[in-house]
Amino acid sequence: MKFSENWLRELVDVQADRAELAHALTMAGLEVEEVTPLGENLAGVVVAEIVAAEKHPQADRLQVCKVDAGQNDPLQIVCGAPNARVGIKVPLATVGAKLPGGIAIKAAKLRGVESFGMLCSAKELGIDADASGLLELPAAAPVGQPLAAYLGLPDASFELKLTPNRPDCLSMVGLAHDVAALFGSRVKLPAAASVPVTGDARRGIRLEAGRDAPRYLGRIIEGIDPMARSPLWLAERLRRGGLRPIGAVVDVTNYVMLELGQPLHAFDNDTLEGDIVVRHARSGETLKLLDGNEARLDESFVLIADEKKALAVAGVMGGHDSRVTDATRNVFLESAHFAPAAIMGRARKLGLHTDASHRFERGVDPELPRRALERASELLLAIAGGKAGPVLVAENPADLPKPAPVALRRARLQRVLGVNVADAEVARIFTALGMQVAATTDGWQVTAPSSRFDIECEEDLIEEVARIFGYDNIPTAAPAGALTLAIEPEARINELALREQLAARGYYEAVNLSFVAAELLADWGFTGQLVPLANPLSADLAVMRPALLPGLIEALRHNRARQQERVRLFEIARVFAQGNPPVETPSLAIVACGKARAEQWGEPSRALDFFDLKGDLDALIAWGGEPQRWSVHADGLPGWLHPGRGARVTRDGLTVGHLGALHPQLARALDLGPDVHVLELALEPLLARRLPRAQAVPRFPAVRRDLAMDLPETVHWSQIEQTVRRTLGERLKELRLFDRYSGKGVEAGRKSLAMGLILQDASRTLTDDDADRCVREAIAALEQSCKAKLRG
Amino acid sequence: MDDLDSRAAQALADIDRADTLEALDALRVGLLGKSGIVTAALKTLGALAQDERKARGAEVNLVKERLAGALAARKASLEQAELDHRLSSETIDISLPGRDGERGGIHPITRALERIASIFARLGYQRADGPEIEDDWHNFEALNFPPHHPARAMHDTFYVAGEGSDDRRLLRTHTSPVQIRAMAGRQPPIRIIAPGKVYRSDSDQTHSPMFHQIEGLLVDETSSFADLKGTLAEFIRAFFERDFEMRFRPSYFPFTEPSAEVDIRWDAEDGSTRWLEVLGCGMVHPNVLKNCGIDPERYTGFAFGLGVERFAMLRYGVSDLRAFFENDLRFLRQFA
Repeated sequence: MKFSENWLRELVDVQADRAELAHALTMAGLEVEEVTPLGENLAGVVVAEIVAAEKHPQADRLQVCKVDAGQNDPLQIVCGAPNARVGIKVPLATVGAKLPGGIAIKAAKLRGVESFGMLCSAKELGIDADASGLLELPAAAPVGQPLAAYLGLPDASFELKLTPNRPDCLSMVGLAHDVAALFGSRVKLPAAASVPVTGDARRGIRLEAGRDAPRYLGRIIEGIDPMARSPLWLAERLRRGGLRPIGAVVDVTNYVMLELGQPLHAFDNDTLEGDIVVRHARSGETLKLLDGNEARLDESFVLIADEKKALAVAGVMGGHDSRVTDATRNVFLESAHFAPAAIMGRARKLGLHTDASHRFERGVDPELPRRALERASELLLAIAGGKAGPVLVAENPADLPKPAPVALRRARLQRVLGVNVADAEVARIFTALGMQVAATTDGWQVTAPSSRFDIECEEDLIEEVARIFGYDNIPTAAPAGALTLAIEPEARINELALREQLAARGYYEAVNLSFVAAELLADWGFTGQLVPLANPLSADLAVMRPALLPGLIEALRHNRARQQERVRLFEIARVFAQGNPPVETPSLAIVACGKARAEQWGEPSRALDFFDLKGDLDALIAWGGEPQRWSVHADGLPGWLHPGRGARVTRDGLTVGHLGALHPQLARALDLGPDVHVLELALEPLLARRLPRAQAVPRFPAVRRDLAMDLPETVHWSQIEQTVRRTLGERLKELRLFDRYSGKGVEAGRKSLAMGLILQDASRTLTDDDADRCVREAIAALEQSCKAKLRG
Repeated sequence: MDDLDSRAAQALADIDRADTLEALDALRVGLLGKSGIVTAALKTLGALAQDERKARGAEVNLVKERLAGALAARKASLEQAELDHRLSSETIDISLPGRDGERGGIHPITRALERIASIFARLGYQRADGPEIEDDWHNFEALNFPPHHPARAMHDTFYVAGEGSDDRRLLRTHTSPVQIRAMAGRQPPIRIIAPGKVYRSDSDQTHSPMFHQIEGLLVDETSSFADLKGTLAEFIRAFFERDFEMRFRPSYFPFTEPSAEVDIRWDAEDGSTRWLEVLGCGMVHPNVLKNCGIDPERYTGFAFGLGVERFAMLRYGVSDLRAFFENDLRFLRQFA
């Protein structure tokens, strides 16, 4: 809602200055988004008439004008505006004036010709954005009058950001009521007189849309001057309200909408055939709208039609063929009430948002149509002449909304606000807002005016009291009440701690958008079970991500492209899969590339490999305290992993994620090298943590025996570990791999693994014989099940 | 006698000249050892008369002590020199970088979010959660947004494809549906804080289609608007570690009434100050309580919601919202 400050002040007497007024509006819930001062520094600018104009002898684009500014002699002014011509009235900045843009007007010579002032455009005067030419003033503008006085300046254009519950403030009169309540002032309403009926043109009106359109008023005004233009004051108010003056009929309907809040529509009466019929549209019915677009309607729309055809989408937009044009002499004015529920969402459905739909879907005072129709008639007759026919009324009073009284309990008011507002103040507030108040034993009974659509329950009244009483006047307190301590399960790792742990291991946390491109997912091989959006912002953001890695790798590429060779990122977020409801699983992803360590001086540098990432995973698993529940498997890998350098991770036998080198083909498609390693795991299993149960520390010393075995390359360490564990049972406390070798001295296709067996018994100290026997058993088992040979 | 004296004088000079511990030890053996000069002198005592022997003995012992003292002093000095030498040869450049000292960092959004959540945790608010793909009931209807209500138009909603247009699922436009989930099937007192991702179909310099909100909800038998003001004032003070001029401005959310937006008086870096909107809040609308099976006559509550990015921007001086989602290491490193 945009409006002229001067206009508001004409409707309500307020002493507050501009800043105070803006603050008061904001603090009453009518947020002032912008205040644009208009016509500041216009001293020395007057209305002038161009009485002569000749081409400048030295410049094609310039004219030398003689200008009557109400002084004895015309002034000579050199002017470059394309529309400068004899006979028009324009603003003249006289010598000594200082314009809003900072231009100081001095007597000057322009290409050798003297000039005593400047003729101005609206932009140069700071009253509009139009810089295309001189601001042409109406012919009746009095020559010599200061322009500011003539235009009603200075003024300011206020822009409000209104909340949807306050459609009553989408009009000057509605705003004036709130301002009056805020400042304890009174509203001075424009006179609400009926115009004398001088014509007899009539048209029947049939209401066939039930409670969706319970009231429809019309009036035919015949014989208007189709070329009539709005007077300056009206045009200026529209302009300062953000609307462009167009022609008398449209300007008048817009003006009344701004002033009173009632959207009106004007039809060219000569295009109408028979009665006006207010009915629901038929499915598939079409109508060419004012904007030239064809609207395809359904039964949810209310239509204004005549006996032959559709004319307008009720409360949204008029039709093209019945519109008022420069040739229109006979006008049918519509002033109706449409139920908010009948208009809500309809404009949106047509891809539209209009001043009318904005108001109707929020609620327009059902008692307003007659007053608005009379006001529009009065203005139109004054501007464009014509004969007003009788007011034509069709209504179903039973279907009109009637404000119901709402009770407010004194105790409830105090309880909700936490402050005691004096009874007299409560009554004053309601009365000032135009509500009817009656005292009851425990509070008040309040009936809101018909312009308020937001007063339905007790809380609505509490809000009104709070708003006018002032939120600032409500004290601050600390909540009392029962406090139950939130329990944090110890058997669960705190998610933040996990993030910090990853940060401590050198990873930076990334946050990516939850949507990705379908093509990117296809590159990764994610195709099934996707959750696409119906209305994505773009194809790049079309699918809810089924995994974090595709997006996280994009972040890695972003950094690679910016001279970051070594990138280590992680992300924790949800991933999505189809389902009813869709399945959301918190996930952890890690990506890393570049050297294993940040560039340093002390140790040989090497490329990152699988075991670096696996080490990170091992550390996270160790944190949970139950590494034995976890294992990795070389089979069942997703297509995006290197088939020989990837692992499937299970916990309690269930697959929870994967890690490894990116598949070389995918890496190449993404323009990445072989050093990129990734991990993605369901988050929850990582957060599970064992609550410790203390055991006695071993009383007897451990013994260590080392052995080196020669094995086929294909035998995995996990097999060896399992074999030794199974063989030695409880006595094996730990099996440590401390060397791995292949090459000279070891047959091709085989490898040598050196391991340390840490042996311990809970009941006695192991002897050398015990230890030797264990080693022999282990060797025998490895020889048998792992094709191992003891190395000499 | 003179012989011993002169030999002792010679020995003392030798000791002073000894420049290794080995040479010194050889001298010690020659002087004090079994066949050293002092032992030899002591052996001659037996041949002397009683009184002479006593005098002579004292003299020899004196020489022995002087020699032993000189040896010990020289040894200490040689050992010190050797230690000094060793220490100096072992000296390293301690200004070289340490090994594996690198560290990553958590994202500034996480950092701000956790800071906010922990402040409320100290006030007894328990963390709650809900799905990011929501249904119309939880995201709108139960929160008192009637179908097609203009307030819905302020939430540019993403819908999930492939379902009927009436019951289709959507990406939650705010964290407020967690209120509904937290209250459903549970009775007050309730204090929850619900951080999470939310989505709006809007993307420009100051809007990201995905961002983070934190929802707070308190329902009990006594809460009032005054409590809401007090709670949020304390929170702002705790988060920014300073006092702010604050104002509560009437506003409108379908699920709270009275509703407010909270502005703080912010000092810009250029020295100017302006009101900055940081929070939306209000008293839980009775319809919402009813929708969740809570008696609004017995219980009242308040709710608030804030944008985490906004708080992170203010707290850490981030001027471009989009930087949060670019994941540029040069940006992320600043928050390590």
